[in-house]
Order: sequence, then C-alpha cells, then structure tokens
Amino acid sequence: MNESRRGFAGKLFGGVAAVGGLASLVAMKKTWDPLPSVKAAGFTSVDITVCAENELVVEKWRGKPIFILKKTADMVAEQNEAETARDIIIDGSHYLVAIGLCTHLGCIPAYRNAKKDFKCACHGGEFDSSGINTLAPPPSPLVIPPFKVDGTTLVLGEEGPEYLKMKEAGVLA
Amino acid sequence: MFKELKILAVVVSFSLLTYYLVEPFAHGEMHAHVESNHFQYDGSADIEEVEVKIENLKAEKETKEKAEEKVAIEASIVTETAHLEAKKTFWSDVKRISAIKGDAAAGETAYAACAGCHFKDAPAMGGVRPPELNVAGALYAKDYLIGLIKDPTMASNVDHKFSAERQHPMSSVVYMVSSDEDIANVVAYLQSIAPSIDEVTPKIAFENACGRCHANKYMKWTQIGTKPTFKYKKDDLAFQIKTIEYQDGVKAYMGKLPPDLSMYYRSRGEHFLETFIENPQSHLAGTAMPRVGVTAEGAEKVIEYLIESADPKHAERNETGKWVMIYMIFFVLAAYLWKRQIWKDLH
Amino acid sequence: MAHFEKANSIEEWLDQRLAIRTVKRVMSAEYWIPKDINFLWAMGMVLAITFGLLLVSGIFLLMYYQPNVDLAFDSVNYTIMQEVDYGWLWRHVHAVAASVVFLIIYIHMFTGIYYGSYKKGREMIWISGMLLFVAFSAEAFSGYMLPWGQMSYWAGMVITNLFSLGSLEMNGIVEWIRGDYVPAQAFLDRFFMLHVLLIPLAILGLIGLHFGALRIPHVNNQEGEEFDFAVEAEKYKSGDKIGAKVIAFGNDFMAKDMFVVAIYLVFFFYLVFWNYGFAMDPVNFDPADGLKTPAHIYPEWYFLWSYEILRPFSKDIGLIAFAFAQVIFMMLPFLDRSPNVAPANRRGIFAIWFWVMIVDLIVLTAMGKLPPAGIYSDIGFYAAVTFIILFIALPFITKLEKKL
Repeated sequence: MNESRRGFAGKLFGGVAAVGGLASLVAMKKTWDPLPSVKAAGFTSVDITVCAENELVVEKWRGKPIFILKKTADMVAEQNEAETARDIIIDGSHYLVAIGLCTHLGCIPAYRNAKKDFKCACHGGEFDSSGINTLAPPPSPLVIPPFKVDGTTLVLGEEGPEYLKMKEAGVLA
Repeated sequence: MFKELKILAVVVSFSLLTYYLVEPFAHGEMHAHVESNHFQYDGSADIEEVEVKIENLKAEKETKEKAEEKVAIEASIVTETAHLEAKKTFWSDVKRISAIKGDAAAGETAYAACAGCHFKDAPAMGGVRPPELNVAGALYAKDYLIGLIKDPTMASNVDHKFSAERQHPMSSVVYMVSSDEDIANVVAYLQSIAPSIDEVTPKIAFENACGRCHANKYMKWTQIGTKPTFKYKKDDLAFQIKTIEYQDGVKAYMGKLPPDLSMYYRSRGEHFLETFIENPQSHLAGTAMPRVGVTAEGAEKVIEYLIESADPKHAERNETGKWVMIYMIFFVLAAYLWKRQIWKDLH
Repeated sequence: MAHFEKANSIEEWLDQRLAIRTVKRVMSAEYWIPKDINFLWAMGMVLAITFGLLLVSGIFLLMYYQPNVDLAFDSVNYTIMQEVDYGWLWRHVHAVAASVVFLIIYIHMFTGIYYGSYKKGREMIWISGMLLFVAFSAEAFSGYMLPWGQMSYWAGMVITNLFSLGSLEMNGIVEWIRGDYVPAQAFLDRFFMLHVLLIPLAILGLIGLHFGALRIPHVNNQEGEEFDFAVEAEKYKSGDKIGAKVIAFGNDFMAKDMFVVAIYLVFFFYLVFWNYGFAMDPVNFDPADGLKTPAHIYPEWYFLWSYEILRPFSKDIGLIAFAFAQVIFMMLPFLDRSPNVAPANRRGIFAIWFWVMIVDLIVLTAMGKLPPAGIYSDIGFYAAVTFIILFIALPFITKLEKKL
C-alpha cells in the first residue's frame, strides 16, 4: 500500500471538510450582521424650523445624541473662518450639527447659554459654539455626522453634497 | 458488502414506512381533500353543500324512532329544500345575466349608485370598509361580480349568516341596481375602467380582496392601512387605538376577529389557500368569511403576497440548497476515497 | 517541579506538558474496536455530529430568540426566518436535526437490542444510553415550547397536566411546574433555561459517562464473539492488520464512520432544504392562543408510540401504562435472562420477539398520530397491550433460550 496515496486521500478529505467549514463560517459571520431593519432605521429626519436661537436641541440618531444649535446673528459675526466652515446654513440661518459625545471618552457635554459654549462634566473639557475643542482633555472637535439638507428638513445618516464638501475641506472633526 | 446493503434496505424500509404513516397518510385522514373548481363561479359547490345537508338529514330521520323527533327533522328538510331551490334559481340568474353583453357607458351612469359607498379610503359600513372598485373588473370574476350585485350573501355563500332581521351592508344595492341589463352594464363598466390583471400587484390584490378584514403584521399591513413608522410614541399609540377600534367593528360584524395572515402560507399550504379563497365553506363549514370572488390570476397574486409575508427566503433556500448538494457530492467522494485507502490494509 | 528538557517540535512541547501523545494513543491510535462490524456501528458518530449541528445552530438561534410570550413567535418566524442573514438556515437545521436525531437514536438503540450489546458487562453503556434518550426527550420537549406556537402551548398544557397524576388530582404540582395556572411567561422562561443550559449540561455529562462505560467491556461485534483484545492488539501492532480482529479508532474506525456520516449528511441536507414539513408542523405556525384548542393535537413523531400507550386506557391505567413504557427499556439488561451475546437471528424466539416489537412500535407510532376514533383506536389499544405483554414475556422467553 502506497503511504503517500493514503496520506493524499486523508488530506483531500480534510481539505474538502475545511471548505465546508469555511463556508459555514461565512454564513455565521453574516448571521452576526446588523439586521436590515436596524440599518434602515439609521436615518433620522429633523424639522429644523422648530429650533430657537441659542437653544440647544438634542435629537437621536443611531442611538447617539445629536446637538443642533441655531446661532444668533451676533454669534455668527464673532466667528472666525475655521468656525464658520463648520456651520450648516439652512434658509439663511447658521446651525451647528454635531454628535453630542465628547471626543475624550464619550460623555455628553452640557451647553451653557450664557457663555455660548459646551462644558463636559466628566473631565472638564470645553468646546465652543462651533463644537471646536477649546480646553483639554478632548483632543478634537465634536464630530459632524453625515447629513443632507432637504428644504427645511435635515436628514441625518445620508451623505448630502454639503456634507461631502465639508468632508473634503477636512472640517468634519 | 451485500449484508450491509441488506441491513440498509431493512432500516430504510422501516423508516420510510413510518414516515408514510405519520405524515402523508395521517394528514390525509385528518384533513379531507377539497377539489378546486378552478375559480369558476357557477354555484356548483354551494348547491352540492345543501344537497349533502339534505341527504344527511334524511339519513338522520331514518335513525329516529319517536314521531316528534321525525317531525322536527322533516321541518329542517323542508327549510333546506327551499334553500336549495333559492340557490339554484340564483345561480341560473347569474348565468342568464352573464350572457348579456353589457354597455359600459350605460353602466357608468348606473354606477353612480355604487360610488356613494365605494371610493378610496371609504369609511367602514356595518364594520368593514367598502373596497375601492378601480381594479375590481380585473381582480374579481365577471360571474362573481354579477352575483354580488344581484345578492351579495348568495354570491359569497354566507347567506346562512343573514336574514330579514340581519341584513348585509350591501343589501340596499338590490333596489339601486336590480334589472338584468343594469347589472350587466355596471359589470361591463367595472371591467372597462380596470387595468389589465398584469398591472395589479400582489400588494394591491391582497389589500383589496383581503386587507379590509385581515391584517398582515409581517408586511406591516393593518386593516386601516400600512402602518407608518412614528417618531413619537404618542402618535404610534394613537394609530394603534384607531386600528383596534376598526378591528372591534369587524369583530362585531364577523363574530370574531379575522386572523392575521402573515404565516398562513406556511401553516395552511398552497392548495388549502387556493380552495379556501375560492369557497371558505369547503374547509370551514358555517364560517362567516365570504367568498371574495377573485379570478384564478387574482388568487395567484394574493398567494404571491402571502408567500412574501410567510416565506420570503424560499428562493435563497433553494439556491443555497443546490450548492450544498453539489458540495456534498464532493464530500462523499472524498470520504469514500479516504475510507477505501485506509481499509485496503485491513480487509 | 518535574524536570523539563527543550522540546524539538510543538507536538513534543505539548506532550511534555499535557501528555497529548498518551491521550492520542489511548483515545485514538490504540483504542481498539472489533473489525467485524457494519455501518450500524457508525450511528454513534452520526449522533455526535447531529448533536454538534444542534449545538451550533442553537447558538446562532440563541442570538436572536426572545423568550417572551409576546415576542417569541415573531422573533423566530420574522426576525430569524426573514430578517437575519441565513437565519432560516439555522432554524431549518435545528428543527430537522432535532427530529432526525431521534430516528438515529432509535436505530442505534435497536442495533444494541438486536446484537445483545446491553448485557454481560455492557449494562452501564445501555443504562447511560437510555438516560441520554430521556435527556434528549426532555431537551426536545423543552425546545418545542420556545417558538410559542399553538402546538407549543397546547403540548405544554397537555404534558404538564399529566403530572396531576390522574385521580390523585395533584394540581398543585402542575401549577408548580408551570410557575402559573397555565403555560405563560414563567413557563416559557424556565423551559428556555432547561433547553439552553441545564439539559445540555446533563447531556454532555451523560455522553462522557456513555463513552467511559464503553472502555472496559469494549465495543461489541456482529457475531457477539468474545475475544482477547490485548492479543488482537498485538497482532495489529506487529503489522498483521489483516489477520487481527481489531482496528484502531483513529484512523481506521474514523474513516469508515466519516463515509457513513457523509451519506447521512446528503440525506440530512436534502431534508433541511426541501422536505422539512415533518419537523416543523404547520399547526405551530399559528401563534399560541390559550382560548382556542387546535382541532388536532399530537406530539412529534418520536413520542407517538409512547403517547399511544397512554391514550387507549382510562385515566389512571393509562398513566401507569405510560410510566411503564418510559422505564421498561431501561430494565432490558435485567429482563433478558439469557447469557447469549449474539445477533437476534441466532437466538431463536428472541428474533421473533425483536421483529414483533419493531412492528408494534411502528403501529403504535402511526396510531398515535391519528385521531382516536373507530378502527384506529381499536388497533392502538391492541398494539399497546401487545407492547406490555412483550416486555412481561421477555424474561420467560429468554430464560428458555438455549445457551450458544
């Protein structure tokens, strides 16, 4: 009896079995994927007209808090270029739209109307009214989520042309 | 080798015997086979039902000894015989009207009487929303539509549920569209405004023919329409209340709430659904569910919708199965080669 | 601290620490199995593979199943079957495997009975195997509750009612088992616990016991021949593989097993993809409704023979007969009074006893599915009586058996 032939038959069977095992692993991986209904729910529409000036509105998108802040004319006038680059302009008004999670360790900062900035209670970090980090420990600005402007509706989750422009300019986060 | 094949034959035979007895045989004994009439609405099944009833009553009368018991059954036989004659008359009327060539233009004029209740998003009448009739000419059979206008309870084979005291919500139509010509004209009109059956989607077919009484949760269908996604819980609850209130109306009219049909394709099977839709009485004698009168193609569309709600992955399952079986051929071959190599040394 | 030298390969490194070479020798390369066997001897491996399929498919079902009376049905029939990628595959595999495992268990059991593999030192193999049958039955029953369909609910209602013990009317026990007056949330949760944790642990333990019980008496062979395994092992190791009456578990027995498993899997996957109705009864595709009993309630096919022993008799006698049926197979080693370890066809009247039992169990199974009316209930009654007589007669039949 030829030793190498027996070895071959065994290895062939092992190989065939391994292919089956691999295919099963692919199916198993796909079973872990987020469900279609979860992915479909990943879009939230917000009616921007209900926002009052200098009053933070918090919406929910993909389980995360989203800060929407309508800026007063004064606030816009005092801004520098970097800050204005992050504004979303709808119907003549300037808005901050950002994920309300501190970029340090993920707590939700509070908005201070008087100071027109955000203060994170966890470790004392601060962001200005455009979401740019002004006091450590947060290392970067609040993240701007994918969005699309549809008249006076903001659709969160969709990458609209304004979002893509901001992405290219590198001002998203 | 042959001994092993003999043993295999014994094991397989006993297993197949057990399978046959427990599955096809037992299920055949539990559920009588119902023949389809291929969606020809000629009343043959309805008439046969009453004839069988009369036969059974006659047989029961033979078994009774007391005179008063015999008299009671004789009274039932008289009622049922009158019932039989009424059905025969009704269906021959339908046949007569069906032979008339209807005038769609004249039908449009006569249709004004119907449009009072039948329009898009019409409110419930006596518990159920009257359907919009824009696709009726394509979705429902001509003979059924004729019968429905002539006498809705007879056409739908639910006349046993109604009487002079309890009238069908559509009973007033007999005063509004009554002559043979009027009926033929209205049906011709409905057929003229309807799209071709190919343009009727499964969704439209289901919603029109079934959806006013039956919900389908998995397709997000409620009796009052597709359920929207709400942002606020309050709006969601308000919609649910509206749904429940409508369902209460249907329940009062029908006697109980018609069941949700999401899984019915898997729980009842295709043949049952076809024959049931054609004539609910054939499977559930005495039921309040009316025959809905869809054509064969209409029934196909409804069933397509039900397959989508109960078993949308069947195509993927067949496809995957094909690949798995091809793989298994290789698996068996490789296993055999290995076994043969190892056992060459041992025999 | 034992002395450790530098290892020259990964295998040697592991062997120094875990004695894997010894394990391999004892469990595989020098685990001796008789050569005179047929494909029925592979049923154990087929069961192990099927149990593995149940475990793996169960794990993925567990990721999405909701053990809540309002959510369970939809979590199975909508989320898993329609939304989850390949969810339908795990559900079909799980349901078909749960049914087919009993076909293989019965084949495995009757093989043992036919060849006398339950006596003369093999009693613990038989008993641990019967305990596995009980454990698998409990696992199947608890699993069937989970989709919370009409059959789940009413089977749960009927089977837990049995524990009132007929005329003893111990309704308190029934309520205690359910955790409620009727099968409801508490019932679903505890059967979920049993199905997912407790019974699988028991099964794993019993499998260990079953395998352990095999080692000293060794696996049986087609003629029931008793031979010296040590002598035959030496023949094999010295190179006379053809003359030796034994083969090694690895790779000899494994190779043949894998071929049988491969054929089995073709049949298995055909059922999974195209012919699964027997494993997923249509009645269970109606959501549970405590106010509406289905027209026909019946257990899964593998419980039908047992169910039919309960049905034909009056309440208390039926329960006694039912209890008898559950326990009597376990007593087989002690009811068989003959010392012969041989295939049934060499054991005279025992062969007749064996085939009559097989036919009787098939008749009981068929009658158990049919409504208890007319000729079917008569046949069921006689089949149930036959079953009881068969086991009462066994000690007498085997006592009279000639010693081979």
